[in-house]
Amino acid sequence: MLDVQNLNKSFGGVQATRDVSLNFPAGSLTAIIGPNGAGKTTFFNLISGHIRPDSGRILFEGRDLVGLSSLEVVRRGMARAFQVASLFPSLTVREAMTAAVTSHQRRSAGLFSRFPLSGSRDRVQELLELLGLSAKADVLSANLSHGDQKLLDIGLALAMEPKVLLLDEPTAGMGPDERWRMIDKVHRLWQAKQLTMIFIEHDMDIVFKISQTVHVLKYGAVLAQGTPEEIRRNQDVIDAYLGTDHHMALAAEEA
Amino acid sequence: MRRESLRDLFIAAVALAVLLVLPVLFPQPALRDFLVYVIAYGLLAMSLNLLVGLTGLVSFGHAAYFASGAYSFGLLMQSGHFSVPMAMLCALAGTALLALVIGAICVRLKEIYFSFITLAFQMFIHSIILTWVDVTGGDQGLRGGIPRPAFLGIDLSQAGTLYAFCAVVFIVCLLIMRQVWQSPFGYTLRMIRDNPARANFLGVNVLRMKLGIFVLAGTMASMAGILMALFVSGAYAEFAFWTMSGEAIFMIMLGGMQVFLGPVIGAFLLQTLNHYVTIYTEHHGLVLGLVILAIVLGLRRGVADYARDWLAARRTTREAAALEAKPAKKAVS
Repeated sequence: MLDVQNLNKSFGGVQATRDVSLNFPAGSLTAIIGPNGAGKTTFFNLISGHIRPDSGRILFEGRDLVGLSSLEVVRRGMARAFQVASLFPSLTVREAMTAAVTSHQRRSAGLFSRFPLSGSRDRVQELLELLGLSAKADVLSANLSHGDQKLLDIGLALAMEPKVLLLDEPTAGMGPDERWRMIDKVHRLWQAKQLTMIFIEHDMDIVFKISQTVHVLKYGAVLAQGTPEEIRRNQDVIDAYLGTDHHMALAAEEA
Repeated sequence: MRRESLRDLFIAAVALAVLLVLPVLFPQPALRDFLVYVIAYGLLAMSLNLLVGLTGLVSFGHAAYFASGAYSFGLLMQSGHFSVPMAMLCALAGTALLALVIGAICVRLKEIYFSFITLAFQMFIHSIILTWVDVTGGDQGLRGGIPRPAFLGIDLSQAGTLYAFCAVVFIVCLLIMRQVWQSPFGYTLRMIRDNPARANFLGVNVLRMKLGIFVLAGTMASMAGILMALFVSGAYAEFAFWTMSGEAIFMIMLGGMQVFLGPVIGAFLLQTLNHYVTIYTEHHGLVLGLVILAIVLGLRRGVADYARDWLAARRTTREAAALEAKPAKKAVS
């Protein structure tokens, strides 16, 4: 589905992405982990067309995405949600979702019809129910709780009916309970929609629990990749990510 | 047709009836003149608010299209080859083309840079009007009057007919803008206003949408300019001066930018203020400044926006009170 080959990107003297080659098969659920500054969000920015790589290829269904704008990447079927929810504060949840669905239907420029279009209503309702936001449909996006804002952000990306969904820390800034509720929803979403999902996450318990494959980045390069079980036992990862502290390494081994 | 559309049409019909009946009830010519100014400036402010309030693009050069409409209409009429509706259509189309060319450059810039480049283009057009004396009459304005030959039995040289014509055109333009405001395009513009980067990630072609509304707003502004030229039977370089754009922004701030009709209310308030203040004092700039200060510092938004927020707040407190009352009743029984 998505095959990234030898991706490189430097900002001034800092090499944020070094020779990253990763493969994401169709329908997979992959976690990307790594210490702060490992280049995880940069990786998302590169593959979603937000910034252009210095070299390398991003093959999406066999076609190279490098050089395409983020607009074209979205239209090819790769959507993303953001680390800090990126919303439309003055629109209600329903309005924002409807506008996104309308955009996906390529009817955003319609001048002679009234918003909301009847063709988008069912789809919006379905998405709101999937996310559990139906009860808050008429709340202004700006007035949502933090967790609901993150959900709406994911919902906007889902409105694009993506084949690949990129989630940048879906649980950022949440308490432990809220985290699990969120990741539960994400997991069910993945099962229901049969998406190829890639998510960045800091919480190790979450990563090891739900992901099929884990890719570890460090200083912009791929440090390790494998199943959660392999990553858990990988000495490099334990040293680099969890610290060389012996107790932590042991804890990881026992968990 | 949808219920909302019918409601808009109904409101428009009522507004048109009021506009047409007012001069019959109060036949002083001064009232009619006053209303024509409100109509022309109101239309200019409404068209600017398509950019400012709906899309978040603060254009400082919107009067350029007002002037372009007034001058091209006046010149076409003076050439003697055109009927009034034909000249209007040509002036609108010409201004749309001008807005397309200027807009294609401007919409690539953001925020304050956008504001300044629109201002720069306006001053460019202003200086063309001032220096191309043979055509435009320079600082004397387009003189010799604009002929208003009758068409389809409508004789605009009669003051009453001219007024009715302006009122009808005004209401039709408001309906068109209302449709833009409520269309999928209108909501796409709201997305761009709130968060252009995110809109782009949701498949919205931000530049193209911005250009679209820029041309539409410019065309609407030129309609306002045409009405003004018809009414004063001339066109003046001041139409393209930056103070004209400033006044339009003034009206939007006074009336409110989030309520659809806010700018018209602002135009009405500003014209009323101008009218009464100039009767009593020559320092009318001072008084206007104080009023704006009071509104900006006191209400922190336009009058119509303030009224809407106040109504919304009252509704929510009432609903909350009703919710509280219900469980209380249960407890009693």
